[in-house]
Amino acid sequence: MGRFTRTGVAMGLATALAASAACSGGERTERSDSNTLRIAGPFEVHSLEPAASDGFFTRLQVVETLVSSDMRGELTPGLATSWSDAKGMRSWTFELPEDAEFHDGTPVTPDAVAASLEAAADEAASPLADAPVRRIVPVDSGVRFDLSAPYPTLPAVLTHYSTAALAPASYDDGHVTEVIGSGPYEIDRVELPASIEVSRFDEWRGDQPAIEKISFQAVGRAESRALMAVSFQADVVFGLEPAGRERVAATNGVAMESSLQPRTLLLKVNADHPVLGDVRVRQALSLALDRAGMADAVLREKELAATQLLPPSLRTWHEDGLEPLEHDPDAARDLLAEAGWKPDESGTLRKDGTPLRLTLTTYPDRPELPALATAIQASLREIGVEIEVDVTNSSEIPARHQDGSLELGLFARHFALVADPLVTVAETFAPQGEDWGVMNWRDGEVTKAVDGLLHSPSDDEAQEYRTRIVETAQQELPLIPVAWYRMNAAVSDRVANFELDPLERTWRVADVSWAEQ
Amino acid sequence: MSDTRRRLIASVLLRRTGQGLGVALAVSVLCFLVVRQLPGDAAYRIAAGRYGDDLVNAESAAAVRAELGLDRSAWQQLGDWLLDLVQLDFGRSLVSSRPVLAEVGYYLLGTLQLTAAALGIAIVLGGTIGVVAARRPGGVLDRLTTAWVALVRALPPFLLGLLLILLLSVHFGLLPAVGHGNSSSLVLPALTLAVGISGLIARVTRDTVIDVTNSEQVQFARTKGLGERVVLVRHVLRNTGVVLVPYLGAQAVILIEGVVVVESLFAWQGLGHALVHAVFWRDVPVLQAAALALARLVVAINTVVDFAVLGLDPRPRRKGVLA
Repeated sequence: MGRFTRTGVAMGLATALAASAACSGGERTERSDSNTLRIAGPFEVHSLEPAASDGFFTRLQVVETLVSSDMRGELTPGLATSWSDAKGMRSWTFELPEDAEFHDGTPVTPDAVAASLEAAADEAASPLADAPVRRIVPVDSGVRFDLSAPYPTLPAVLTHYSTAALAPASYDDGHVTEVIGSGPYEIDRVELPASIEVSRFDEWRGDQPAIEKISFQAVGRAESRALMAVSFQADVVFGLEPAGRERVAATNGVAMESSLQPRTLLLKVNADHPVLGDVRVRQALSLALDRAGMADAVLREKELAATQLLPPSLRTWHEDGLEPLEHDPDAARDLLAEAGWKPDESGTLRKDGTPLRLTLTTYPDRPELPALATAIQASLREIGVEIEVDVTNSSEIPARHQDGSLELGLFARHFALVADPLVTVAETFAPQGEDWGVMNWRDGEVTKAVDGLLHSPSDDEAQEYRTRIVETAQQELPLIPVAWYRMNAAVSDRVANFELDPLERTWRVADVSWAEQ
Repeated sequence: MSDTRRRLIASVLLRRTGQGLGVALAVSVLCFLVVRQLPGDAAYRIAAGRYGDDLVNAESAAAVRAELGLDRSAWQQLGDWLLDLVQLDFGRSLVSSRPVLAEVGYYLLGTLQLTAAALGIAIVLGGTIGVVAARRPGGVLDRLTTAWVALVRALPPFLLGLLLILLLSVHFGLLPAVGHGNSSSLVLPALTLAVGISGLIARVTRDTVIDVTNSEQVQFARTKGLGERVVLVRHVLRNTGVVLVPYLGAQAVILIEGVVVVESLFAWQGLGHALVHAVFWRDVPVLQAAALALARLVVAINTVVDFAVLGLDPRPRRKGVLA
């Protein structure tokens, strides 16, 4: 019977293994008594390098940038306690606190901070690489930037996560191998690409945060995230889809928080194009778009229909008094007729026998883009404009911009990569054009206004310049706004004081506390 | 061990090693060529993978292109990679800049854990159901089994996974819905996969057990007076194994290659995830290494199956009948 016993034992073992695996879960599932603030979101952590970290370590307040921003988007001290400029904004000095420490116990020295900033300035992707930095000098009590040209937005640029200060021990052979920052939380464990665990840093120079431990888990599927939210397996869950939001709304003990993002879905227009060069055609295309319908059908929220280029979350740039972009197909047809485009027997607009046919380039990385592209195609067909939608690689938009072959490009633009939208707005309306901005469109007044803003005007002047830019953009439509975005999070009711940052810079975890139960 | 047997084992090993090397070369060259055929500028894709869409523009793409030498000719890039490969240097990921070996090793481990757990549960589940059903073909249990097979085959893994999360995680709170790296978070994805394939395993087991039970050697075992249990364990199960093991091998290969949906639903980190992202971001070194690992794994599984069958079925055979 030897063989019988052996087989029996093997089978018994297999069954026991499977059974124990099935039961072992119970003890590890943490319900709402955990002392860890558990955050889940769709985004993955690709790298420890600040520029490639997607801002995770600033969001979790592990690392600090010299300058920070508040809930109104205003600049506030970050790692730097104060800053000042000299030589007509060609030299900026940022003061460092005396008692700041990195998480490895070493002091935050001007040398260490300057080294991190140098690394950021060398990364082409960092907004700091676009600043006219000649050198970054460690001085007695801080760091000084020597610039080759005046640059009033430098403090805003230094809110970007790529400019965070890391301890010298973070680097090995030019690569960041460990994230040692100076913020209120320090890293316990990072497992790329899906999880980060941090805990309170006892030597933090400011007020001790209320939450002791925080974990972040990347979860790709929105369905899984929604289930985590309603079963209290996560306290803050980002990026829920409409079905998940409804589920959360119907569940006790968890609620949806949301905030408009500083991001706009827009149509980039080649203003040098034989057809699109005519401002009446651009205005007609804009009038033909049923933005509310599209926002409702694709983004599931009518209110996200853009009425102007810059969303209300950019407080200083959004003009409440501006005449909103309307949906009026008849007015669109009239404008096109005025521009010489008449419908043929099939309804297609023609001028001198040529049909009004345009190619719209977009990409699938954001799932709403192809859907919106076809909605735009349908909207424009109604007024007799034929659109061919080309869903391709996102790099085709810059590539077709460079070789001049782009007609219409649909994409999402983030206007507050750094705390001052001026940096992105100036790029977007650059007279020479921009990959993700205007194409072959320049306007003397707008250029002058941007220049004016870049030379630290008074508050009234600044407002006047901004109004001029926004009004011209609304009239000339070198970029046709389509919709805005909303960021949402399901937040468990055991969490108090959780606020969504309008600029998405940080998750403000140090301000969060446990609700009184 | 007899000489013939040793020769057989050696021939299996030699053949499979040769296959392994050939497959490795073919797979990596193919990966390289296919990625080059994808539309769009790879430098932009890699930059988007590294820095996120918002920071990608002509300058960051140009910096990536210069850093990685993407403007070298295709042959030069392929040649350099093959040269590094011969020295067992897999390089660094173009996106995360981490060593490819560490990165792919991490995902491979996740895939192997998930596959082993899923296969283990599926064998116990499917095997038991199959054997029980085979005892009375056409009986109530057998018909229930057929219904089970149809049900689990018809359920897409994505839906099955969601149902299991709802039941075991949301309602009973037994298991975490998602996660990676600990035994409790492994159970749900493994169970999802296991339930899916248990149907077919049950079906194959049932049919084979019935065939074997009706075979002459089993009839003879009964005639000589052995009890039903002994006949089942000593004669039927072993002979069933000869058919079942290669089938399980094929299932293992399917599990290793195609579980992206389940991985993403449960946020489990495996090779499927790595492959999708590597294609998306044109991360050629990671793609090549991941595809290489998959190809070698398929060869390895087939080798194990060969040996298992060799062990289960010791009847002498001519060379060439194998594999």
